[in-house]
Amino acid sequence: MPTQHSRVTARLMMTPAVLLLLGWMLVPLGLTLYFSLLRYNLLMPGMEQWTGLDNYRYFLTDPAFLDALRNTLLLVGGVLVITITGGVLLALLLDQAFWGRGIVRLLMIAPFFIMPTVSALVWKNMFMNPVTGLLAHAAKVVGLEPFDFLAVAPLFSIILMVSWQWLPFATLILLTALQSLDSEQLEASEMDGANSLDRFIFIVLPHLARAITVVILIQTIFLLSIFAEILVTTNGGPGTASTNLTFQIYALSLLQFDVGGGAAGGVIAIILANIVAIFLMRMIGRNLDA
Amino acid sequence: MARSTGTLRKATTTLVAWVIALAIFFPILWTVLTGFKTEAEAIASPPSLFFFDWTLDNFVIVQERSDYFRHFMNSVIISVGSTLLGLVIAIPAAWSMAFVPTKRTRHLLMWMLSTRMLPPVGVLVPIYLIFRDAGLLDTRTGLVIVLTLINLPIIVWMLYTYFREIPGEILEAARMDGATTGAEIVHVLVPMAVPGIASTLLLNIILAWNEAFWTLNLTAAGAAPLTAFIASYSSPEGLFYAKLSAASTLAIAPILILGWFRQKQLVRGLTFGAVK
Repeated sequence: MPTQHSRVTARLMMTPAVLLLLGWMLVPLGLTLYFSLLRYNLLMPGMEQWTGLDNYRYFLTDPAFLDALRNTLLLVGGVLVITITGGVLLALLLDQAFWGRGIVRLLMIAPFFIMPTVSALVWKNMFMNPVTGLLAHAAKVVGLEPFDFLAVAPLFSIILMVSWQWLPFATLILLTALQSLDSEQLEASEMDGANSLDRFIFIVLPHLARAITVVILIQTIFLLSIFAEILVTTNGGPGTASTNLTFQIYALSLLQFDVGGGAAGGVIAIILANIVAIFLMRMIGRNLDA
Repeated sequence: MARSTGTLRKATTTLVAWVIALAIFFPILWTVLTGFKTEAEAIASPPSLFFFDWTLDNFVIVQERSDYFRHFMNSVIISVGSTLLGLVIAIPAAWSMAFVPTKRTRHLLMWMLSTRMLPPVGVLVPIYLIFRDAGLLDTRTGLVIVLTLINLPIIVWMLYTYFREIPGEILEAARMDGATTGAEIVHVLVPMAVPGIASTLLLNIILAWNEAFWTLNLTAAGAAPLTAFIASYSSPEGLFYAKLSAASTLAIAPILILGWFRQKQLVRGLTFGAVK
């Protein structure tokens, strides 16, 4: 039984972490909200003035915003479809008995540890370059025209790079979930004459549902903030073809020095991320009680 | 009969699994190999996988031209520094949540996690301006501060899930023997929780090493860690494949090896205990 004394101590022990996170959340958040209501450009210091909701109106009615929103959804959705489908298939494969499982597992999770700038530049230059890239060589060998990935399909190319980085994450988590499946249940259904497709749809998939949800939510949080991959490959272009919301707000804030507009965009990004976060927190919270 | 179909099946699975694994790993393998080629061989058509004149020149040139080692040290200081600082702040907090829980502990944990889900771009402007005014732009101190705060919720969470597996009676026994709270944490809890603390430490070093939003936006030449250093190859310099590969190999090797050792703990850390 904790004594009164230890309760006080416990609260003291928590204080630094709580205060730091409270400050880290409230100060920048408050400032972002405040700046979003100002006309404030770093190129015109001392000219700050109150503009009410103008920044939001400009940001939301800018055609670039709709492009960025569409690109953000395509990027998140595309990567999710590829990594979840691939992740389920790979997890099913890795769950089988075969020789060299340990090494195969190590090779498959490796992309997750590669820093985003390295992965993006390696893909951009050494694989997707239309003249000297490896994929161009491969295309020529089979008699096809080399494809200029980042010029013709910039967003799709970025989706491929990011999927490569996140596929191991989905695979690893789904594999962990798969390994906790009760094998007796599978054997029983086999005796009842269920074929492997039936077993997958009615037993394996429902068992994985929770893990799949967790993967979707966690990946979405990170994928909404994709930045480095775009910065080093396309710089958001051509035009706005590969600009997501994060990149658009970065460009507005630090390239055009429009603090007010960038802050208004920031508030919108926070609202979008929070919609996802609420669902994720519920999933995690439920597990906390168990 | 049954046995031979079993073996055949196992052989087929083995083949499929290895082909897919090698395909996924191939970009990394190719990068490492290209780092040992000359620039001419790196863009040679047809490309050669293993049969070329191996050279270490690229590694020497990368170090000499761009002072690679300084960026490497920036990465080490920033990732290790922010993780250690985070542990010092998080261990007492996780101790109190795990062993002296109150009605609010659960809400507190969830709230901490919610700060991690704030999109960084939402607070880019104020952080940038605060850093500019405080002289923290392009300093290692600045990045240590930001990365500590970003990863603090994950550190608290991971430690909390590990601490909860330690029986509270042992800590109570120490308390009965007259140990102060500080002594209880340092001499009883920490030694028992070493595996959990080590996992937390390593996962957070990996996350901090690869963090590429704040490191790119808050540094220039001086404090740039490897993420930002490699980004400088996005200019036409990136077309020197052999040098790009050598620099990339050096940047990813330490963390890849570290990650391989800790892969078992990864799932738990990255899903905040939602999948074990």
